[in-house]
Amino acid sequence: MSADGEGRSPWFDDEAGPVVRPYAMTRGRTSSAAQHRLDLIAVVVTEPGADDPESDPTLSPEHVDIVERCREAPQTVAELAAELDLPIGVVRVLVGDLVDLESVHVNRPVPPAELPDESILRDVINGLRAL
Amino acid sequence: MIFGRSERGKPPVEPVTLKILVAGGFGVGKTTLVGAVSEIRPLRTEELLTEAGRPVDDLSGVETKNTTTVAMDFGRITLREDLVLYLFGTPGQERFWFMWDELAEGALGAVVLADTRRLEDCFAAVDYFERRSIPFLVGVNCFEGAARYPADDIRRALDLDPDVPLLTGDARDRESVKTILIGVVQHAMAQAAQRRQTVTT
Repeated sequence: MSADGEGRSPWFDDEAGPVVRPYAMTRGRTSSAAQHRLDLIAVVVTEPGADDPESDPTLSPEHVDIVERCREAPQTVAELAAELDLPIGVVRVLVGDLVDLESVHVNRPVPPAELPDESILRDVINGLRAL
Repeated sequence: MIFGRSERGKPPVEPVTLKILVAGGFGVGKTTLVGAVSEIRPLRTEELLTEAGRPVDDLSGVETKNTTTVAMDFGRITLREDLVLYLFGTPGQERFWFMWDELAEGALGAVVLADTRRLEDCFAAVDYFERRSIPFLVGVNCFEGAARYPADDIRRALDLDPDVPLLTGDARDRESVKTILIGVVQHAMAQAAQRRQTVTT
C-alpha cells in the first residue's frame, strides 16, 4: 500500500495503513451483481457512447479513472488494480458499477473448457517464438 | 485524455487475453521469470484479506496487523495487437490457495519453478495442478552453485507423471524462459488433443 513514504507526517504513517480504507471507495461493498466471474484478465472496455464520466456526480474519482483509462485502450482487471493501486476486490466492485451504468463492458477471457482452440494456441507459440 | 477522444470514431482493439501461471516456492525466481519476458516491469496486484483464524504467519514486525495482503506479480506479453498473454506469479504461501483457484481458472497452463536445493517447496504446486488437470511443466531454475541432477532423479523426487515435461533453464534468461513458455503451450495442446480423443472414443 502506498503512502507518501516520507514519514514526515505527524499523524499517519505506513503502519496505520492507507489513509482511506480501500473499501470506503466502494461504500463498504465487497461484491456487486456484475462482478461475479470477473476474471483478472477480463478486459474492460469503455463504451464508445459513454457520457463524460466527470459529469456524473454519482461516480467517484476512481470510477472516472477507470472509464478514462479504458477508453484509450481496453485494460484487464489486474492492470487496473495495479495501476490504480487498489485491491482487486475494489476494482471488481467499481467495474461492476460501471457495467450497471453501461459505461463499460467487460470481455471475458476464453473459458477453459473451450480453450482447446488449437489455432489460438498455435498463434501463442508462434508469437512467443517471434519475441 | 484528449488523444483518446479524438479517435472516438475508431473503436479500440479488444484483445483476446490468456494467462499462464508461474508457481513454485518462495524465492525460486517466479517474478524474475516473469520479468525476463514481460514487456512491462512486473506489476503487482494486491488483495486484502482478513486474518481471521490465522495467527501464525512469518511476518515479523507486522504481527499486530489483522489484515494481510496477498500480492501477485504479473507481466504482459503482447503477441499480437489482438492477442495478449499474461503471466501470473502465484502467491507463494500455501494458505492462499483460494487465490490460486481464482488464478487457475481459465489458465492456459502453468510453470512450476523448482530449485534443486529445495525441491520440496514445489510439491504443493505440482500436487495442485495435477489434481485439477491443469497442464503444467516443471522448470528447473539452474541457480549458480546449485548441484545439477539428472532429470530422471528430479522426476522421481517429484513423483512426476511421465507425460509432464521437465525443462531446465535460467529464469533470468529471456530465451530460456521463452522455451519454457512454449513448452507449456505445447503441453497444453497435447493434453487438449488427448482429452478430445478420450471424449470421442
